Amino acid sequence: MKIIACIKQVPDSEAKVKAEDGKISWGDAPLVINPFDEYAVEGALQQKEATGGTVTVLCVGPESARDALKHALAMGADEAILVSDAALTELDTVGAARVLAAAIHKVGGADMVIFGRQTLDNGAGLTPAQTARVLGWPMLGLAGQIKVDGGSVTVERVIEEGRQTVNAKLPAVLSVVQSIGEPRYPSFMGIRKASKATIPVWSLADLNAAAPTPIITRTELMNPPARETSVEMIAGESPEEIADKLADKILAEKVL
Amino acid sequence: MKTFVYIDHFKGEVQPASWEALGLAKTFGTTIALVFGSGLDEISKAAFEYGADEVIVVDDSALTDYRAEPYASTLSALASSLSPDLILFPTTTRTRELAAMSAVDLSTGVLTDVTKFEMNGEQLIATRAIYEGKVLEKTVCSGKPVMATIPGRAFPKPEHVAGKSGTPTKAAAKTDALTTVQGYSASESAVNLGDAGIIVSGGRGVSNNPSLGLDEAATAKVGFELVSGLASLLGGAVGASRAAVDAGYITYSHQVGQTGKVVSPDLYIACGVSGAIQHIVGMRNAKVIVAINKDADAPIFKVARYGVVGDLFQIVPALTEALKKKLGK
Repeated sequence: MKIIACIKQVPDSEAKVKAEDGKISWGDAPLVINPFDEYAVEGALQQKEATGGTVTVLCVGPESARDALKHALAMGADEAILVSDAALTELDTVGAARVLAAAIHKVGGADMVIFGRQTLDNGAGLTPAQTARVLGWPMLGLAGQIKVDGGSVTVERVIEEGRQTVNAKLPAVLSVVQSIGEPRYPSFMGIRKASKATIPVWSLADLNAAAPTPIITRTELMNPPARETSVEMIAGESPEEIADKLADKILAEKVL
Repeated sequence: MKTFVYIDHFKGEVQPASWEALGLAKTFGTTIALVFGSGLDEISKAAFEYGADEVIVVDDSALTDYRAEPYASTLSALASSLSPDLILFPTTTRTRELAAMSAVDLSTGVLTDVTKFEMNGEQLIATRAIYEGKVLEKTVCSGKPVMATIPGRAFPKPEHVAGKSGTPTKAAAKTDALTTVQGYSASESAVNLGDAGIIVSGGRGVSNNPSLGLDEAATAKVGFELVSGLASLLGGAVGASRAAVDAGYITYSHQVGQTGKVVSPDLYIACGVSGAIQHIVGMRNAKVIVAINKDADAPIFKVARYGVVGDLFQIVPALTEALKKKLGK
């Protein structure tokens, strides 16, 4: 089975991200593989172990995104491809889906394309379904469990109301959630292999694709208004006395 | 402006933010509610009662189970023939997919989790949080229709006028399903943090009580029972910090903050939550925040309205008792 895991690189989740001079700044925090996408790589590796085949990691991003791809290689992926082009700096999710679909065609298609549920930066969570739509493949979103049987795949979707079992023919696009299992740590051998790997970089010309015109554009960046709070500490002789005072304060706020 | 409002439901249960989307649409002009599925009389009646000018019902056995492809195709066909200026959705697992796909069909884009709209001439400017709430952006969509999803509790719920009625318009379903739904099991505790007015959360501290003489997991279980007890007294939902979820004390669906859910309840009670930045960005928009923590230096106190430095294993049950008495429950 040929499996493609799509990943993105984002600032580390501990980063103090803020708007500065109309740009996003994350200080000296490192750029890492989008944490949700680690689950996509994990899910892809699990499927490779279950049914055999290969895992290719695919990323659209700047040159620096090589490091995120290397992380996936160190986890155990077989090969990595970076799509990078100066014309792709203002990419929206529909544009990203079109570029990813073109890259998936260029590698000769796949049986399964796996995404994380969303990215930590934009957080829209639209790209998986949009890639499926561009490819014309079924979309199995928010999978917590994946089972491939012959030419079809069955997933357990984790939705607001519970779990739903859904089946589709391959090829299919999936997104995965945390219940797929904790992403494995890169092994020592994996890290060595990844450090030696050559990662091909494809431009839009390599994909025979035109630069997508962004439909969604940002007009302004702001830091959230500072919350004006002065905490009122509640103290007392006993838990009961503290609880009594606190209960009165909560009731006075009229939020119950 | 002509707005479609997609009423999201699962087996007849409407996601409440659907009505909030309808109320928002009414501030822009003509409001057309869309209801897809089968057996939709109750929902279409409710859409009129919440103020829809028109309700389009696509009632077809092929749409009984939500599936992204036929729902998206049905929506795209309606949008192509009726040319709305805007399509609003409540943000749910379903609408993210179907809006995403329909945007591809219609060569437009989706603005997700919009918390504020403003008009600049003819152009709609949307404010939304990125980097899990650390930064806000204003964005515009140059495609038509503009598509946008709104989170729960960001916009007021419109007035419900019982008995207000109308005749829904019927439309045809697209039946290009590529998936088959084989089963469904309700989760033991369906959590909808986004719509919750009150959230009581537990953090790492729920496992910190050596006096119980239990191991970490068993202690955490007791701790979360106290948290749940308070939540259920107040009719609220149970939240958790990432640390508590990562430690396996509670399932991911309860997680508040970065990589979890961004919430904005009226009351948020954080029990044994230290207040890492990832958690704070997910809950700082709560109207009233109460923090209970053993550590007087815990960063959670910086965003709290009321704080108690103390042991949650003592304070939470005492608070539950005190509120029970005062509320006459």
